[in-house]
Amino acid sequence: MKASSDAFVRRLLLAVACTTVLCLLVIAAFIFKEGLPFLLKVGPGNFLFSSDWRPDSGHYGILPMLVSSLYVTFGALLVGAPLGIAGAIFLSEFGPPALARVAKPAIELLAGIPSVVFGFIGVMVLAPIIRGAAGGPGLSILAASLVLGVMILPTIMSISIDALAAVPQSYREGALALGATKWQAVRMVVVKAAGSGLLAGTILGMGRAVGETMAVIMVAGNAVRMPRSVLDSGRTLTANIALEMGYATGMHRQALFATGIVLFVFIMILNGLASSALKRRAGKR
Amino acid sequence: MNAHRASQRVAVSILAAATFLCLAIVAFVIGFVLEKGLPQLSWEFLFTKPRDMGKAGGILPAIVGTLALSLMAIAVALPLGVGTAVYLAEYTRETRVTKVIRFGTDCLAGIPSIIFGLFGYIFFVTTLKMGWSLIAGALTLAIMVLPTLIRTSEEAIRSVPQSWREVSMSLGATRWETVRKVVLPNALPGIVTGVMLSFGRSIGETAAVIFTAGSSFRLPKSAFDSARTLAVHFYILAREGISTDKAYGTAAVLVIAVLAVNGLTYALMGGFMKRKAR
Amino acid sequence: MTPKVEVRDLRVFFGGEEALRGVSLDIAANRILGVIGPAGSAKTTFLRALDRMNELKAGCRTAGRVLVDGEDVYGPACDPVALRKRVGMVFAMPVPLPLSIYENVVYGPRLNGVRNKAELDGLVEECLRAAFLWDEVKDRLGGSGLKLSGGQQQRLCLARTLAMRPELILLDEPCSGLDPISTARIEEALSLLKERHTIVLVTNNTKQAARASDETAFFLMGELVEMGPTGRIFTNPSDKRTEDYVTGRFG
Repeated sequence: MKASSDAFVRRLLLAVACTTVLCLLVIAAFIFKEGLPFLLKVGPGNFLFSSDWRPDSGHYGILPMLVSSLYVTFGALLVGAPLGIAGAIFLSEFGPPALARVAKPAIELLAGIPSVVFGFIGVMVLAPIIRGAAGGPGLSILAASLVLGVMILPTIMSISIDALAAVPQSYREGALALGATKWQAVRMVVVKAAGSGLLAGTILGMGRAVGETMAVIMVAGNAVRMPRSVLDSGRTLTANIALEMGYATGMHRQALFATGIVLFVFIMILNGLASSALKRRAGKR
Repeated sequence: MNAHRASQRVAVSILAAATFLCLAIVAFVIGFVLEKGLPQLSWEFLFTKPRDMGKAGGILPAIVGTLALSLMAIAVALPLGVGTAVYLAEYTRETRVTKVIRFGTDCLAGIPSIIFGLFGYIFFVTTLKMGWSLIAGALTLAIMVLPTLIRTSEEAIRSVPQSWREVSMSLGATRWETVRKVVLPNALPGIVTGVMLSFGRSIGETAAVIFTAGSSFRLPKSAFDSARTLAVHFYILAREGISTDKAYGTAAVLVIAVLAVNGLTYALMGGFMKRKAR
Repeated sequence: MTPKVEVRDLRVFFGGEEALRGVSLDIAANRILGVIGPAGSAKTTFLRALDRMNELKAGCRTAGRVLVDGEDVYGPACDPVALRKRVGMVFAMPVPLPLSIYENVVYGPRLNGVRNKAELDGLVEECLRAAFLWDEVKDRLGGSGLKLSGGQQQRLCLARTLAMRPELILLDEPCSGLDPISTARIEEALSLLKERHTIVLVTNNTKQAARASDETAFFLMGELVEMGPTGRIFTNPSDKRTEDYVTGRFG
């Protein structure tokens, strides 16, 4: 009697557990259903590698957006990865534990702050500074990179701290016993051992940067043009979707969903890379 | 040897500088918003409706919309998240099925919010004909926060000592009775942490919400009404240059909410860690 | 008299490893069977096979038969949950549930649907008295079970097991972490409990088996070497290995 009711609960919970997978499949299905026919009709080559985006006259080339997205993402990584990893190394290896106890939640707080708030600060503070110091419109790829770099800090930092914490204490002791300074031990042994974890954190941070929308819309300028320098205005893939979704219909809307497919595939590749990096770390131990 | 010491000193200084730069950024972001926004706050701002497209008046409908949307999203996601966590931690061993579930959870966690927005729009708003509404926004958000809830709940469930389960089973409890009477009550602080994190994420979300819940100014009367959240309201005020002052005020409310949620989570987690250490 | 428990060619495998290698023995009703043997001799595996607790671990397989009152525990008709209600178990480490003393004792009865407050109160007093714990905790039944000393916790666990009114009580090295006084209390409780229960006491302390048990079984490397009345096992064992172990030459 009891055992059969337990079996019922098991089946019920299995069904519940499958909802995540189901959600993922439905999301993929609907995005692809809306965007794929368009993609096939226009041709992936034309879609991805033409830089002519004029939906009202039937030109759908997202190359400028693709390039802007890449610029912004790598710019964000240049800002966020060194800062995040350096901060993680300092907090876990050199700084006093009391500092780590305060600093870790403080930086994780950044992850909680709404992206629109970051965007707004970018507009009010960063853009005028860039305009004044380097010229250009201010609202630019550079501004977006800086804002996103700060936004991905908590992701990179907290995964890096976990990766460093997972390095066995004996590695450090072994290196120190051979006469290495603490910095040598950290640089040559600890960072190397935590390498794939640091990489995974960076890749996940990259995923966040690629996918971020609202902050980028506010600070990147959104011009549909091939950016020539980091001081130029640019429009990312995500911004393109969010800006035009409100009024797009027909082919135009399908084109936005097709942009979503590009984004979706890109993110899945990044996630796969990150999880294989994390697995490599788990396997090594 | 001295050269090594000197290079260590330089390296550690650089690392320390990076750390303090990070902390300075955090302090600046929060300080800036509060400094500009706090003067805008008043009872009138918090508890009246906006007038003149938001140029004047308050943000009451946005506060109500945010709370309603977040709570609805969590009400949907919580049973699914905890149920999945219980299944993964208690009812199965690592199999191909759990690998698929874990992979699905990881993927879902990585999907950018604009994709959720697109999906929510085409699925809930259009296909299921819910229109721009709290319910469509809440369901979209629920899927978004599901991975967080699953992960934190599973971690909390796994932190319950195995021996308690054995004792319960040895006294003739079924798996489910053990889960209900021993595992879940003792995993509760961790599960609450997940709820708070999800709540924080729901409060701040914009891209997924604007395409699903819409941006109506009016106070929502039912789950099928469109509503505007604080984050959406803030975005519209700031982006369309309606009122910088009101935007700062709204941003301050958002940041205070995030600080409160994080502070509460941290306090809960602290208690949880202490209990685990015992 | 038919034995309370008949074990026939019982084998337990973990992964591919055979931990328990074909054990057959009978356990008489209202007696205490002491199970002794060095670490790794599969005493605990044997004990946990009697109420099907082994199967909660991954990769475990059991072969052979265990009959309790003639009913095959591993038969298709046997519900392990119902079985565990008839067979109580006390673990090596005292594990109070994170509940009050009172709620610890009534955990099992509540599962069985006992709601009557007076009945539960009576049961709590009876079981705590039987476990020699009542006088120490009667004024703080609402206090947490986790706040008791180790010896008190283990007696609470015994009381909790008794509250199920089990026919068979399995004790897995119940005194391994306890001081001599707490150990004496538990042994005293057991000697009274055998009037109503059948008891299997796994112990790594041969002296405890000599003191407390009526019959003793000696396990080595997953096999039963010999079993007999406790007096004979300790004074005149028939197997050389038993003699070596009980005289302290190894283990």
